[in-house]
Amino acid sequence: MIKMGRSTLSGVTRRNFLMGSAAVGVSLVAGAGRGQAAEEKRVNVYNWDTYIGEQTLGTFNARTGIQVQYDLFANNEELYAKLKEGNPGYDVIFPSDYMVELMITTGVIVPLDHSKLPNLKNIHKNFQNQAYDPGMKYSAPYMWGTMGFGYRKSKFDKAPDSWGAVYDPAQASKYSGKIALLGDQRVVIGSALKYLGYSMNSTDEKQIAAARDLVIAAKKHIKSFAEDNGQDLLLSKEVDIAMEWNGDIVQVMEEDSDLSYVVPKEGSNVWSDNLCIPKDAPHPENAHAFINHVLDAKVNAEIANTIHYATANAAAKPMLLQEDLDNPAVYPPEAIVATCEAIVDVGDNTRLYDEAWTAIQAA
Amino acid sequence: MEDWRKSKAAFAIFMAPATFWLLLFFTVPLAIIWVYSFGERGPQGQTELAVSLENYARAVEWIPLKILWKSLWIATISTVICLLLGFPLAMGVAFAPKRWKNPLLLIVILPFWTNLLIRTYAWIAILRISGFLNFGLEWAHGLLDAGFGVIGMPGLMGEFQPLELLYNNSAVIVGLVYVNLPFLVLPLYATLEKLDKSYLEASLDLGAGQWRTFFSVTVPLTMPGIASGVLLAFILSLGTFLTPDLLGGTDSMMIGNLIAQEFGPSRDWPFGSALSFVLMYVTFFVLWLRATVASRSSGVGEAG
Repeated sequence: MIKMGRSTLSGVTRRNFLMGSAAVGVSLVAGAGRGQAAEEKRVNVYNWDTYIGEQTLGTFNARTGIQVQYDLFANNEELYAKLKEGNPGYDVIFPSDYMVELMITTGVIVPLDHSKLPNLKNIHKNFQNQAYDPGMKYSAPYMWGTMGFGYRKSKFDKAPDSWGAVYDPAQASKYSGKIALLGDQRVVIGSALKYLGYSMNSTDEKQIAAARDLVIAAKKHIKSFAEDNGQDLLLSKEVDIAMEWNGDIVQVMEEDSDLSYVVPKEGSNVWSDNLCIPKDAPHPENAHAFINHVLDAKVNAEIANTIHYATANAAAKPMLLQEDLDNPAVYPPEAIVATCEAIVDVGDNTRLYDEAWTAIQAA
Repeated sequence: MEDWRKSKAAFAIFMAPATFWLLLFFTVPLAIIWVYSFGERGPQGQTELAVSLENYARAVEWIPLKILWKSLWIATISTVICLLLGFPLAMGVAFAPKRWKNPLLLIVILPFWTNLLIRTYAWIAILRISGFLNFGLEWAHGLLDAGFGVIGMPGLMGEFQPLELLYNNSAVIVGLVYVNLPFLVLPLYATLEKLDKSYLEASLDLGAGQWRTFFSVTVPLTMPGIASGVLLAFILSLGTFLTPDLLGGTDSMMIGNLIAQEFGPSRDWPFGSALSFVLMYVTFFVLWLRATVASRSSGVGEAG
């Protein structure tokens, strides 16, 4: 199995928030305005850590002769902060769903030239018309996943397949102090909203307040709002159940067979990451070539088989590892995915979530 | 000897780079944040300039104030512990034989050679349930258990229960004490080092005991060093966000985390800027307090 080395202490995974360490300071000189004909054989890619195949960059270079300059970011906010005041020189970036939407409205990314991306046809039809970017005008879907519970099987009679496992006091009290939630306001309040039967993207003040009170009431049983290290807390037995992104749990499931993953039946968050080209990219031609390369069925399958994430690429499916296809943590049942929502930017209502989150922390 | 104040040209030349640096990279960004703090958050999280006091009104609402109060409280506790640990440590280094001083100082400074993030992660490895501390305790527990077994009382100790040391406010305080101790020890050491030891000898010769000498001579004479060290440790603790982020539990949010939240996921830079300035005003108030206390206590005698 090909897998990037990771330690349990500071595992670096797709959505890990490792302050500083991944904030690789780059000072690329933006070569904007250069004629396309004279485009140098270079492309500057800005991606999440451990989120590409072992051979992707090599085969791209062999096929096109273009050198890939590869840099890492830790989260969407960092990516946005780097780009919003002007592109420091990146050609290809990997923002998530809601960030794509924000980047479109704030003009951070530019439309894709579909004539240069013949492999876009490989994208699964479910991903071709996402709410944040219908028709893939600005973004080429890459990998997707869900948020749910990672849990220690031996501590549970049956899978904790409801948010009630943490928000229903009768259930949560059984695991008091052994519960970790994510340190992410939209996701935590969103999960409480889902439990109450509302939308994760609710902008109703009363619904958000109800969700806030639900989390506050559950707080005495919660050990920590983990900065996305719930998988490590599970592995080190610090907690028995942790709200986490599926990819992080998949990794620890390989290390500890007593761990498993479930998406609560009330529905959860489904996220997807995308390939986009930022405004003023110095090498737009090469950027399109790179994206088209990643969308190639074979290349894409190698990536998915390396990082164990579900791919949005339908053509890659025949080449995917059977163990990943059979793993509900990678590909959850269709019916459950149907109840999940992508998080969308709620504009001015962000403040409702911000204040609810601060109130939860201060309670 | 020529007074350096007379050669103004040389003085200006030497000052220019630092002044330029401070102006460009400290004053200007600070001014921008100050301007932002009167702005408004746009629907996409952009910062729209305005002249509004709303962010400040929000910053002094009950919940942010509660978080600020909690931050002051945690900073105070960790600073007091730092002082209790740091004073004997600084004295130990200052009064050590000359050949020991540099190695001892080196040990105090050594942690700075490693990144703060790594050092904080190390505390996670120490404090967590399957961490080194619980591991050591379990080992000692097993040893005692075996011991009681030998003297005919097996099972007296019961089963070992690991301690829940991580993800609470105590873990945050432990982390802050660890991080800020050198900042308190170094200025304190500098003052103690300059302290004329003959004062202590005089005090002891004239019949005062060790404790009396410590509290009536050493402490008053080293007050400026204590104040600088305490102030440094306190201000650093007050503004921290990394330590509570990594070691804290569900109620460990400090004002630094709230500011980080506004600049990060909430993308509300104007509110974050206002919070930063509220924190800065609190810091200024503490500095002012120190200045007034210092001017009042100058009669006791500066160690100088």
